[in-house]
Parts: sequence; structure tokens; C-alpha cells
Amino acid sequence: MQKLISKDAVMDNQWTLLKVATGPEILQAVPGRNFIVPFKFWKLYREELNDYGGNIAIWLNSDEDISEIGNGLHRLPLIALNFPVFSDGRSYTNARELRQRYEYKGEVRAIGDVLRDQLYYMAQCGFDSFELRNDQDADLCLNAFEDFSTNYQATIAEPTPLFRRR
Amino acid sequence: MYRYDGYDQQMLAERVAQFRDQTKRYMDGQLSDTEFLPLRLQNGLYIQRLAPMLRIAVPYGMLCSRQLRKLAYIANHYDKGYAHFTTRQNIQFNWPHLNDVPDLLADLAEVEMHAIQTSGNCIRNTTTDQFAGVAVDELEDSRGYCEIIRQWSTFHPEFAYLPRKFKIAVCGTAIDQAATQVHDIGIYIVKGPNEEIGFRILAGGGLGRTPVIGQEIFEFVEKKHLLTALEAILRVYNREGRRDNKYKARIKILVKETGVEEFQNKVFQEWELIKDSALMLTDEELNRCLGFFNSPDYDDLPDSPAALIENLRNDLLFAAWHTQNVKPHKKSGYSIVTLCFKETGVAPGDVTDRQLEQIADLADQYSFGEIRISHQQNIVMADVQQDQLYELWKQLKTGAMASHNLGLLTDVICCPGGDFCALANAKSIPIAEAIQRKFNDHEELCNIGEMNLNISGCMNACGHHHVGNIGILGVDKKGEEYYQVSLGGSSKNEASLGKIIGPSFAQEEIPDVVENIVSVYKDKRHEGEKFIDTYNRIGLDPFKEKVYAKAD
Repeated sequence: MQKLISKDAVMDNQWTLLKVATGPEILQAVPGRNFIVPFKFWKLYREELNDYGGNIAIWLNSDEDISEIGNGLHRLPLIALNFPVFSDGRSYTNARELRQRYEYKGEVRAIGDVLRDQLYYMAQCGFDSFELRNDQDADLCLNAFEDFSTNYQATIAEPTPLFRRR
Repeated sequence: MYRYDGYDQQMLAERVAQFRDQTKRYMDGQLSDTEFLPLRLQNGLYIQRLAPMLRIAVPYGMLCSRQLRKLAYIANHYDKGYAHFTTRQNIQFNWPHLNDVPDLLADLAEVEMHAIQTSGNCIRNTTTDQFAGVAVDELEDSRGYCEIIRQWSTFHPEFAYLPRKFKIAVCGTAIDQAATQVHDIGIYIVKGPNEEIGFRILAGGGLGRTPVIGQEIFEFVEKKHLLTALEAILRVYNREGRRDNKYKARIKILVKETGVEEFQNKVFQEWELIKDSALMLTDEELNRCLGFFNSPDYDDLPDSPAALIENLRNDLLFAAWHTQNVKPHKKSGYSIVTLCFKETGVAPGDVTDRQLEQIADLADQYSFGEIRISHQQNIVMADVQQDQLYELWKQLKTGAMASHNLGLLTDVICCPGGDFCALANAKSIPIAEAIQRKFNDHEELCNIGEMNLNISGCMNACGHHHVGNIGILGVDKKGEEYYQVSLGGSSKNEASLGKIIGPSFAQEEIPDVVENIVSVYKDKRHEGEKFIDTYNRIGLDPFKEKVYAKAD
């Protein structure tokens, strides 16, 4: 069972992640009421999904363009950004753009190849929940957010760069 | 130079602790090779042919005597008694053990040093002119800006997993000694429309497999926008740089494939959003960082004191060294001295622990306790009193550091090559040595004059062969080591990339090839014309004819 953490604690996962989805009927076929659906699927079936009784969130791969989310953005309770492999750094920029350019206030979740040694940077870029890869130890991962006490840069978690705080 | 405050020291201590933990988890089998790889690379650690290689960061090449002594200790304690200056103004150790690296990093942290981001797909050490702050032709000292960039790029959470490595250079002098145009980002300190100081910023330059000269992205940005402009470029690169092919992942390919105008539009779009944000530099921060690089306490001294003139007249060897290795200083009575680490028979850029200690002592005695490493793999003492040059030179002679071949054919830039590096196709150090042996007459070297000969053992171009007046590249031909020769490269203001002269050569042919190239130059040159200017005037063909004449 994959573990989900925030910066402070292990969390209950209220969401079911659909890695692939072919048509809207899948929401009835799979147990659960809150679904994170693929971005492509969401774009195709936006109308139909409006009628779904539960909650719908989306996930984007690292090469998908967040500017295409468009108007529906602020109605989404959660956006998950995928790390196909931990060394693919695009989702850091996408998280930051969601927060800074699009002023998205909902939950931004890291999914995919999410490992202990990248968590600190992810948190700084605006992620607030982390679905860890299966083999990761959740308690060990919770320490990661204390790897550093501060940053030089202006980040989402600390928008004032160090040079304005020294 | 810059001194750490509590914040800098704290973050560095946290980094050492983090890497100690990562190394332990790797040894315990909790981290796979693939997962540990970028973590160790971002701490400068390569696994090499013979042992791990550790690359220590020397921000913009500056070191103080305390740091030199620590490096000497490390060379002695963790290595085989020597270190190596790199072409990015850094220092490498070739023999540390993986288990020892966390302790070694803790030792370095005691003197405000580290190995952070000296490798890996992240922003690397920012480099600059080794004469920054003392050059006669300087608009403004670049080092304070380099320090601002160092802090911004250190542990940048968004840019730790870029498509590929990323190198930035800053140049504040009229004559570009920083190879600025062949960097991922090149920054020139320039005057703006109202005579105010700011920056001209290029992007998309680089060497490696596809050498490219950088293109202008910002014609002029004010000082306060330095970091916002850099961040905008990096954001576009991180999002859009190619990740499907390692050889097409540098920003130069993105700029080329996107087109410079379109790339510029994308950057401006990002910049618009952040240019007036908290990342905009404050006057306090600019003053704070630039203030660390104020001139030392110079005495008021005359140029060319009588004692110096007399020593130059009486000691011809000293005079030869003075002509080649001593350059004018912005302050009267002072000179810039370069120690050339290109002694024949010693790998270019190699230095022993004993020499490091001696350099530290001499720096304390003659140059305000500071030195710089140049990207030509030499050492600069930037503030030497002219009336002390003779004494300094005598002491350098005792430490085998008084080579007087600076800027000449035998002052070769050379990567570690196949003797040490796991990436290399061919050896490079023995090539440098064979050329140095062939050209062992100082008078003849002076007659040839200013000449850069650069050698890389593979396409990655750590030896900057593309921008050598003569460039030599090691290639693999069916398992045999061959060498491709190019002519006409330059990393100066009129930056140009060398052209390949023709089919490659066997190792033993190279010294004769170089001799033939030099003889064509000597035949064809006009009075006082440098090699590069003769080449630009007459082109490749006369050299080609001579070099391949025998084979026909």
C-alpha cells in the first residue's frame, strides 16, 4: 500500500488515482468516490464529469502543459503532478507555476517516482502532499522536510529570499 | 573575499549531514546506484577509472591561504599528495575513498568550502576573469555578482534536476578572459543607456559535442534584475529543454530548435511575472555582496621601481619570467603574477600538497593572503608589489613554480583524459607532454608568441579544444586512440570555434603536426601578427597542405 504524507504527518488517502481511464463509465466500475483522473481524459469528458456525484481531480505528466487547464482550474480541489522518474525535474517548475502564475490554492500532490531525497525541494516548490513510491519508509521521509533550515531563493514555501531576511 | 555568515555556515553543515546520511543509506543498500548517482554528483563525486574523483568548488576561482592549507592537508590525508586545477577554476582529487568523503566534506566546511553542484544536471560553479578586481580594462569587479549568483544557484529547489548541466560565466573586463560566449549563460557587465552599470545576457552557448556561440537574450538589464532574468531563463529551460536525448539536452539545442526570438519571448513572459517580485535585488544586498570585494589596503607606490629595473637587467631568467607571467595592475606599484603550472613532465594543472602550502605562505607574504585559479589551470597572485617581484620569483623557483611559459604554446589547457577519466576516448596528458618536449626552447616559444593549445580526451570538451588556436580532440577509431586537430578557435571577445583540419592522427604524429602548423604560421605571418590573426587572414588551406603533404 502506497503511503501518502504531508510535511508533518502520514495522511489518509481520500483519493483514488486512475493512471489510465478510457471512458466515464470507469468511475462507476472502480470503488471510491473521489478520483484523480488523467488530464487528457478530463479534457475529453469535462461535460460528463460535471454530472458525476463524487469529487474529480486531475493528474498531469511532466510533459503536459498546465496552461491548458484553463478556466476549470480553480474549481479543482487537487492537482497531482507526476514524476515519471525522480530525475525528471519538470514537475518542480509546473508546481511553482501553478502556485505563482495561476495562483492555484488547492492541494498540489506529487505522484510517481517520489523518493525521500527530493522531498525537501518538492515542498519548497509548492507541493503539499506526497504519494511515496512503494518501497519508501514514511517515517524516514518525514525527516526530509528538515534537511535544510532555510533557502537562499524565493520559493513558494518561503517567498522572501534570504537576502531580504539577513 | 566573501566570508560566510551564520546562514551560509548552517546550510553548509546541513548539506554535509545530508550527504553523510545519503552515503550511509547507499552503503546499507537502501539507495540504489541510480538513486545515489545524482546525489553524489551534486556533491562532486564521480566514480572513475581507478577510484572516485572528487571535484571541490572554488567559487569564481578565489581561495585564501587558510583554504589552501586545508586543501594541502586533504591532498596529503585523503589523496596521494597532489591535487588538480580544472578548467572551471575548481580543484579535483583523484584518489579519495567513498567512505571518507563525508569526513572530507566536513573538513572542507571548516574553511567555508564544499563540493556542492560541481557535477550533475544542475547549475555549476559560476566562473569569471581571473583578473577580476585588478585588471586595468575593467568596467566593474565581477566577483560580487558571481557571489550573488552562487547563493541563488546553491540548492535552488526548482533547478536541481535540469535536463543537463548548466554553466554561467560573468565578464567585467574589456578583454574577455572568461570564455563568456561559450557558456549556457554568459553575462557581460556593461553600461546602459544612462551610463548606469547593468548586464548584457547571452544564452545557449556551449562547447561539448555541438559547440555554439551564445545568443543575446537581454540587451541590457539593470543590476537589480540580475536574478529575475536568470531565473526566467532557467524556468523556460527546465520546462522545455529536451530530455529524450542526453546529447540534445543542453540549452544551446533548445535555443536553436526554438529559434532565438521565440525563446526570448518565452523568457520575457516568465520575466514579466517575477521581475518586480521579492527576488529583485535590493541595494542593501548589492552593497553587502560587492563590499566583500573592495580593494585591499594598497600602499602608494611608484610603477617600475629602480630595484626592479636593475634586477630585470641583471637576471635574464627573471626578466623572461617577468615578460611572460607578470601583467599590469590597475594600481600603480603593483603587478598581477601568474604561476604557470605547465612544467614539462607534470600533468597540466597538477599541484602537490607541498606546493599548495608554499603558495599559501607566499600569498600571505606577497599578495594579501589570496589567490585565484584560472580556467587555463594556473594560479594568479593578483596584488604583488613590484619591488617584491624578484624576491617572490626566487621563492617560486625553489618550489618549481617559476615556469615562464604563460600564454605560450606549452601553456597547454588539458583535461585529465584517459589516464583518469571514465568518459575519455583517449589519453590527453601524454599528448601535452610530447608537445612540451618538442617545443623545449624558450626563445623559440617566444618567437612563436601568443598561442593557445587545448586538448580534450573526448567530445565533452573539458579541455576546451573547440576554442584553442590549435585544438586537439581524442577520438576512438575502432578501439584505437586517434587525435583530431582543429585550427582557429578562440574564447576571447572575437570568440570563434576551430575548424577541423582533416583526417585524424596517431598519437606519435601529433608533435610533428603541431610543428608543421607552427612552421606555416612562421612563414606566412606579417610582422607582429599573432597566430590567430594569421590564420584568420590566410585560412585553413595552407596549413592543411603542409600537414598532409608527406602522406601524399
